[in-house]
Amino acid sequence: MTVELRELRRSFGGTVALDGLSLTIEQGELIAFLGPSGCGKTTALRCVAGFERPDTGAVFIDGADVTRVPANRRDAGMVFQSYSLFPNLNVRDNVAFGLRVRRRPTAERHDRAAELLELVGLGGFGERYPHQLSGGQQQRVALARALALQPKVLLLDEPLSALDAKVRVNLREEIRRLQLELGITTIFVTHDQEEALSVADRVAVLKSGRLEQVAPPAEVYDRPATPFVAEFVGTMNHLPGRVSGETVEVFGQFLPLDGTAPGEEVDVLVRPEAVRVAPADDGRGFILASSFRGSIARLRVQLDGGGEVLADVPGHEAVRLSPGLKVDVTLVERPVLTAPRTAVAAPVEPVS
Amino acid sequence: MSGLSSSRRRGGGAGWLAAAPLLLVTLVAFGIPVVVLVVGAFSVKGGGLGFDNLTATMKQPYIGALGSSLKLSAVVALGGTVLGAFLAQAVLTSRSGLLREAVLTASGVLANFGGVPLAFIWIATLGNSGVVTAALGLGSGALYNFWGLALVYMYFSVPLMVLVIAPALDGLKPQWREAAQNNGASTWQFWRMVGIPVLGPSLLGGAVLLFGGAFAAYATAAAMVGASVPLVTLQIADALTGNVLIGYENIALALSLDMIVIALLVMAVYLPMQKRSSRWLA
Repeated sequence: MTVELRELRRSFGGTVALDGLSLTIEQGELIAFLGPSGCGKTTALRCVAGFERPDTGAVFIDGADVTRVPANRRDAGMVFQSYSLFPNLNVRDNVAFGLRVRRRPTAERHDRAAELLELVGLGGFGERYPHQLSGGQQQRVALARALALQPKVLLLDEPLSALDAKVRVNLREEIRRLQLELGITTIFVTHDQEEALSVADRVAVLKSGRLEQVAPPAEVYDRPATPFVAEFVGTMNHLPGRVSGETVEVFGQFLPLDGTAPGEEVDVLVRPEAVRVAPADDGRGFILASSFRGSIARLRVQLDGGGEVLADVPGHEAVRLSPGLKVDVTLVERPVLTAPRTAVAAPVEPVS
Repeated sequence: MSGLSSSRRRGGGAGWLAAAPLLLVTLVAFGIPVVVLVVGAFSVKGGGLGFDNLTATMKQPYIGALGSSLKLSAVVALGGTVLGAFLAQAVLTSRSGLLREAVLTASGVLANFGGVPLAFIWIATLGNSGVVTAALGLGSGALYNFWGLALVYMYFSVPLMVLVIAPALDGLKPQWREAAQNNGASTWQFWRMVGIPVLGPSLLGGAVLLFGGAFAAYATAAAMVGASVPLVTLQIADALTGNVLIGYENIALALSLDMIVIALLVMAVYLPMQKRSSRWLA
């Protein structure tokens, strides 16, 4: 089933949450809505679920306009951010809630609940109550409940945000496995870029209610469409550069421009893995700090002219490149994005 | 290990010492009267112990008063619970923060209104010569009966219910309603399958509180209806003071014991449910 958002606009008082959002999600696709708080990603999801009605624009599910269809008749399963299991019902009855609403026979309800609990790895948990489950288990039950009615669309509203790091990784892989197994069209809202990049077929980056870029994860990371996407997804260095024709000069190197430069004096946006660092007595800076991360080490280099730059080097080089060492900094030759000039070179760390 | 044990012992001793004044007051103000009450209730004329007094409370006019008190308390509890819960829900879901604050503050004041001043307000308003009675040309005597008394008790019971149920209503997560909707439930189905079961113990707790308040109320009824509506509290007062007949003090104590037993039965139903509800709404 495809989902189409067409020119959605939604305001809350004077705050614009969605500003003409248009997007089509293909059958069986998992798309992640990624963006900072207040970018409109949850509002967009709630428009699909039917909990918000757009001021203008329309939502289509499987070609049918559902903009004015009430939430309880949308045929979309949803998992909420915080635990939303009904506390007075045990796990089995939570999962079978929708079937009970539809007055399905008890045996069918129990069979379906058992089948779904097996699917999410909680077989044998049917008699327990929500307060007897961990956070991760509760979200698995919520996922089973969302799938119980075999919805056309699965909506996930930051389903992992309340869980600890290890459980998050496990559960997001579990969600992806289930989504692929069932082939269900899925929208996954998150503010965590790693989560979005790791599970989605495509990532839609939103800012101020507008779509900045929608593309496969690798493209969003390697070829960000806008400086905002470049800064929001992954870590990005801002290095002072001077535009010269189709190239930009930075650290004495001439790199091809990706897109149009906003002026002559610009910031060049370079990822830490595109920065090379080598020991040099007459180098342009020294290593301020080194953070070992297993396969790589992240170096923070203080530049002689002011400012800092982050560089990722292979982990085994961390011993050689220790803090205090004088180094030279060069950049990998590939097209670079530019942004209006800021005062000094500085890295922009990811939001989460 | 022994150090830990001894420190626990010391901690426990200090705790008892700190609680001693309160325990002493409780013993004097509650424990001793209960003992006197129980002994008196089982003391029969001519000396010795027996069930004469308790048996007497199961006969007229006392059993009638007991029944009337139970009926009044049940009406006030039911009416107060329904009206209070609806009022609280309306106020809490209102978009006006001012309305919420105003109603909760007013409820805090009105819930503590009682006794002779409450009776006076209603007598001055809807009594035989009350200002509203005169202004609207209403007939006399409307206030001085069972339903009039129930109306007056509602005046403090509804606000009390608002105060009691508001935190529980606040504890109902919006996600529960949305999850129910997402599973195809209508508003009524949400309340029937989730909302009311989750709130049930809190509603029952509030109802028990209203029941107890109406069951034990004395001054308002005494000032308003006197003996025209037989209530157990009025019977106890009459028997203790020898207002009608003398030598019936132990009957009063037996009636009080009946009330304690009824209160304990109600609490025995309420407490386990309240424990479960607090876990759900935490």
